Amino acid sequence: MIEGARWKKWIWFYLPLGAFIVALLFPFYWMVVTTVRPDGELYRPWNHPLYSPFWTSHPTLDHVKNLVQETLFNTWMWNTMLIAAVATLISLFCGVIAGYALARLTFRWAGLLGTAIFVTYLVPQTLLFIPLAEIIRDYRIGDTPWALILTYPTFLIPFCTWLMMGYFKAIPKELEECARIDGAARWQAMVYIILPIAVPGILSAGIFAFTLSWNEFIYALVFLSSPEQKTVPVGVTSELIRGDVFFWGALMAGALIGSIPVAIVYSFFVEHYVAGMTGSVKG
Amino acid sequence: MQRGPITRALEREGTLAFWLLAPTLVILTLFIAYPFARGVWLALSNSTVGEPGHFVGLRNFEKLWDDTIFRAAALNTFVYTGVTTVFKLALGLWLALLLNRHFRGKSWVRAFILLPFIIPTVLSTLAWKWMFDPTFSVFNWLFWKLHIITTRINWLGDPNLAMTSIAAVNIWRGVPFYAISLLAGLQTINPDLHEAAAIDGANRWHRFWHVTWPLLLPVTMVVVLFSVIQTFADFQLVYVLTGGGPANATHLFATYAYQIGIGTGLLSEGAAISLAMFPALLLVVVFQLWYIRKVENR
Repeated sequence: MIEGARWKKWIWFYLPLGAFIVALLFPFYWMVVTTVRPDGELYRPWNHPLYSPFWTSHPTLDHVKNLVQETLFNTWMWNTMLIAAVATLISLFCGVIAGYALARLTFRWAGLLGTAIFVTYLVPQTLLFIPLAEIIRDYRIGDTPWALILTYPTFLIPFCTWLMMGYFKAIPKELEECARIDGAARWQAMVYIILPIAVPGILSAGIFAFTLSWNEFIYALVFLSSPEQKTVPVGVTSELIRGDVFFWGALMAGALIGSIPVAIVYSFFVEHYVAGMTGSVKG
Repeated sequence: MQRGPITRALEREGTLAFWLLAPTLVILTLFIAYPFARGVWLALSNSTVGEPGHFVGLRNFEKLWDDTIFRAAALNTFVYTGVTTVFKLALGLWLALLLNRHFRGKSWVRAFILLPFIIPTVLSTLAWKWMFDPTFSVFNWLFWKLHIITTRINWLGDPNLAMTSIAAVNIWRGVPFYAISLLAGLQTINPDLHEAAAIDGANRWHRFWHVTWPLLLPVTMVVVLFSVIQTFADFQLVYVLTGGGPANATHLFATYAYQIGIGTGLLSEGAAISLAMFPALLLVVVFQLWYIRKVENR
């Protein structure tokens, strides 16, 4: 590419990129600052002469202590972790084998079933939450982790299936044929030859599914009612706000700490995550 | 090699496929197809919490048609989806083009800008609610210091402004998704094409419009359609930021359905509001399926 003058590069490249980065990351910085800011400083109006938005002179961990000791935050973290992990495992199992069947086996209805699963992938949770709440009540699993462990796969499985189909289609058919000529049964070729090759895809699907379950809100909001059953997003929004009173320090501490598991998973597997995300839209 | 009867049965592709698809189909039938049928039944009956109700035909929908809050929510949803999609696409594409160049620290920048998308929406939205707080807003402080305002702006409390504030948060959260997906699309475009166009005398804009854009269009379409469905059915942002207020000015289909169906326990009316999203969603899905098929057959 032909390089222009240095200032041109600043105006057309560094400046906009810098603006994007600041705008996209500022809310997280704000979360961190609020978490460590003492209440006395926190509740100074915006036009107060001592309003110091970008730093704090007396950093404190009071809000974190408050959150961990006075609320059920630890329980919510544990609930969310458990639900996200189990829902992801169920979805991976179903999605991987379904994706294999749709991508590599020829059978009647294959095209129709593939389309049907793709369509369920596009069904938003807000379309069905009211009848689902009724059904959850009928099955007597309301207010238990099972309400979410069994319903999260409805949006995770289609996603995993769709992503894995793309992976399986890219693996040459000859690999299986060689194994079968050597005497392997069809299911053995799948389990011992194809699945190991698809591990990066399985990892991408798993990471993405985990973050999706951690992020889910409306099912958790509607299907769970007692405070000790809640997940982090629902617990933080419903239990740290009393009527019109917002405990902003604890709220931001909860938002920050509640994001950490997702952020850790993400930071270890950025490439897999991006592959999962872009794979999910490319199909 | 000796083979048991099960292995032999699984040699037939149809049989194996059936067993591999069975768990998925069971879960999707129980928790998507059945709820959908239940939802249609609910919408056509007059159930409330604890009362099964009976068939009332289209009465719930007739009632919604005359409901000014529902009409406002429907209008909000369409405007919100349209406006945020345009901004997310424009800004996301711009960011993708910036990221498609070579610079130091690129992988770090790429990893960090995805944070708004990966951090649980409700949690980051709480940070926005705090930043929009009428008394403690950092934006008010900033604009005041820049001498743009003298009195406070009530970001979420002013009915005329609240929807704009919500849209801004949606755009903030969506831009990284657009940018990273479009970047993946940009990276598949052969740089030789750009070089050839440049040698033929095409300027930067022409190269974008005649080379990049058409080649990027399939990815763009899929990203936009996904995002449109998600935005159209959005719930979390409005629930956290305004709860549909002030004076029901910021309801979307989903939040109004929640307020009526769960909040006041009018299950049937709530289910009807949710189902009112269905025709528009169906249209988008059908269009998407048609488009994917068209691209695949090219």
